[in-house]
Amino acid sequence: MAAPDPLPDPASAPAPALATRKQRIAAGVRDSFSAGLGIFPLGIALGLLVIQAGLPWWLAPALSLSAFAGSLELLLVGMVAAVTPLASIALTVLVVNFRHVFYAFSFPLHLVRNPFAKAYAVYAMIDEAYAVNASLPEAERSAPRMLAMQIACEVYWVGGGLIGVALGAALPGPIKGLEFALCALFTVLTLDAFRSRHEVHSVLLAGASVTVALVLTPGVALFTALLLFVALLLARHAFTTRRPACRAAEEAVDA
Amino acid sequence: MPSTSYLVAVLTIVFTITLALRAVPFAVLRTLRTSPIVRQLSAWMPVGILAILAVTALHGSVAAEPHTTSYALLAVAVTVGVHLACGRRTILSVGIGTAVYVALVNAL
Repeated sequence: MAAPDPLPDPASAPAPALATRKQRIAAGVRDSFSAGLGIFPLGIALGLLVIQAGLPWWLAPALSLSAFAGSLELLLVGMVAAVTPLASIALTVLVVNFRHVFYAFSFPLHLVRNPFAKAYAVYAMIDEAYAVNASLPEAERSAPRMLAMQIACEVYWVGGGLIGVALGAALPGPIKGLEFALCALFTVLTLDAFRSRHEVHSVLLAGASVTVALVLTPGVALFTALLLFVALLLARHAFTTRRPACRAAEEAVDA
Repeated sequence: MPSTSYLVAVLTIVFTITLALRAVPFAVLRTLRTSPIVRQLSAWMPVGILAILAVTALHGSVAAEPHTTSYALLAVAVTVGVHLACGRRTILSVGIGTAVYVALVNAL
């Protein structure tokens, strides 16, 4: 990962500020490489799937731009090919992407000042963008770094989809097992986030949530696990409200 | 083959719902910035959400082909090992872990 920014105060002089901005964008692009390992092959898989389902090629980039959520798009290709009723599609989108509701709690949107950039950052708040940001120490985060990473991720996703479309006829199917890159990425980011904030309780509660979710609702495990996790955190908060919130002060956004 | 108007309707629905799910919570939370619960949750959530994403992604890999469970667990161990042993270089860890899984799944 990138070295910490040497200049914590960007308002010192124009020249260093520009250099810092460039460094931040470069750091954001570097952040995106590891996410790209998972996103790019998935994009190719999406393009291949669209062609194999007999759908028009432009659906791959159009889905990528309109949804920009990998797991959902792979799911939608089959539903669209079967001409599933629109109401069922709407419900599927709602359930599968509901997890993004929880990202708002800790996604550092307050770093982004420009309203258009802010809108883009929200639109492009995919799992990988949330995850890469969450594993960065707070002092290393910045708007240019975050946006550069998000734009790069979208380029990998749309680009992968177009390559998959082009490959569609040539290859029998995507290479088996490449989707494991996402699992490896999230594992590594969990390790990094764990190092920078020693949240043993959060990991234990998350582990309990995901175990219960996988046993009870394997079809929508992510959705159930996040709901349970939030419920457990609320319970934890209720139990610990009387303790001094020193850690909260360290993490909280500036009001 | 579905009609173009059906495809456009799907794209519109997908775009609207996805963006709303991402945007509306920010608008709601802006008014709750100073709430102790929101501050506490925003500090506690990231590492747990990452762990949940890791486990569900692992489950997704394994659910498609259950006989690959042991390969996937081995690949996770390799990923963690490489990450801790080689200076936490994310691309290296993810790359080697994925290569191990792809090699095992395709060779065995």
